[in-house]
Amino acid sequence: MKEFYKKLRMTFPRKLLPFSAIAVLIVLWHISIARSDSSILPGPWAVVLGIAELAQKGLLLKYIVASLFRVTWGYLLAASLGIPFGLLLGWYQRGEKAFNPIIQILRPISPLAWIPIAILWFGVGDSAAIYLIFLASFLPLTVTAMNAVRNIPAVNLNAGRNFGLSEGQVITRILYPAVAPYLIVGLRITLGIAWLVVVAAEMIAVNSGLGFLIIDARNAGNRYDLVVAGMVMIGLLGIVLDIGMRNLEKMKSIRWGYGGN
Amino acid sequence: MAQGVTTTPERAIETAKINVRGVNMVFKRDGNEVNVLENISLQARKGEFVCILGPSGCGKSTLLNIAGGFLKATSGSITIDGEVVNGPDPRRIFVFQERGVFPWMTVEGNIGFGLFKLSAEERRKRIAYYVKLVGLQGFEQAYPQELSGGMKQRVEVARALAVNPDVLYLDEPFGALDSITRLIMRSELLRIWEAERKTILFVTHDIEESVQLADRVIVMSARPATIRRIVEIDIPHPRDISSPRYLELRDSIFEEIGLAHKV
Repeated sequence: MKEFYKKLRMTFPRKLLPFSAIAVLIVLWHISIARSDSSILPGPWAVVLGIAELAQKGLLLKYIVASLFRVTWGYLLAASLGIPFGLLLGWYQRGEKAFNPIIQILRPISPLAWIPIAILWFGVGDSAAIYLIFLASFLPLTVTAMNAVRNIPAVNLNAGRNFGLSEGQVITRILYPAVAPYLIVGLRITLGIAWLVVVAAEMIAVNSGLGFLIIDARNAGNRYDLVVAGMVMIGLLGIVLDIGMRNLEKMKSIRWGYGGN
Repeated sequence: MAQGVTTTPERAIETAKINVRGVNMVFKRDGNEVNVLENISLQARKGEFVCILGPSGCGKSTLLNIAGGFLKATSGSITIDGEVVNGPDPRRIFVFQERGVFPWMTVEGNIGFGLFKLSAEERRKRIAYYVKLVGLQGFEQAYPQELSGGMKQRVEVARALAVNPDVLYLDEPFGALDSITRLIMRSELLRIWEAERKTILFVTHDIEESVQLADRVIVMSARPATIRRIVEIDIPHPRDISSPRYLELRDSIFEEIGLAHKV
């Protein structure tokens, strides 16, 4: 028996491990649905058919595009404002002293708590959802950028000044390369948060998107096959986004920040 | 500084490269005033290797930071070639412990860091020269995280020398290295110093290190730091560290600090 395991371990390609785990999960899912009396929860095959049905109606692509559209705008807006703001707060201690308490108070408020106010201000529609994603992404990115600047070793900044760099050169030649790895990690984590929030926002604030699909499929006749189909699509797109961001981390100029040491 | 009006001892001081005059440093901490440096005056001649020796936390690094222009003295002044130190300057480069190298740059990038005003060709030549001087051939494209502590320290020294400064400030540069690497680095530094003849202020708490390296050792007291004694090390390089004169000078410093024959 021991020999058998050893042989199995030797011959089984490592790359197949995650896929075999998924296969096992799907089989377990299938068996438990088949053995239960519930007719509401779908099995894996019903979900595949559900995805096919959505694709056929043209809803799948439409909803994916709608969700990605909102995430892109809310997230980019947050990144383009939050990162410079955070860098400034990190650079100027007085700025941090002034704003840090407000940031710490606002941070524990779930972006979802803002839904009523978002609808009040923007009505039901894209703007409300984009605003919520912006809120969810802005503070984490601000805090990441602020801490990244504060963590630049003083010896690096002093060395820069010692070699006669102007203030502008200190920013481009020391500040930027020193914070880049932290910013990339912060951007990746924040994109994950934005993706979580868009689904929740779409359940309430808009009439399209993957979050809307889930709540609509349930309300319009308990179509739990479509509910799970929506969940599966959210998961798959989430991992695609994460892999995309991970590729940024492989950039040579910022790789130093992730090396062991 | 007008010439001709100075008295004789002052004139001797004016020939000094680095002239520290009556420097006091008081830090305010939690409302308390901590006296760190008390009336420090010392000189270093052009091309001289001066060690500032004192116990940990005595304020010798503070003195070096004032000389480097990173801190402002509470009172007193430091002049270099008669010019008051008012801020960091590429003519005087501060070498930190090896953590001063830029982790996002290769060895080449680090060594060429201060050469941004030169042409690409000139820069390439200088980098190659100093890579060779500190013995890092073959590691030009390596990042600091791939290097040992001693190699990182060489990168820092090469980065400093590459901009051709008059003065090098070294703040316990070998403090984080193992004892064998430290010995190697000392002789490397002496070899480079003999080749380039920079004026060096070298801060250390290691008595042996100071006697091995310096032309003169400034022995400091514990905080608030005052100068206890200045010891001329009149042994030519390379120094035999078991010669009677070496041992005599070393022991006299041990005695000055009150540690002789106690271990």
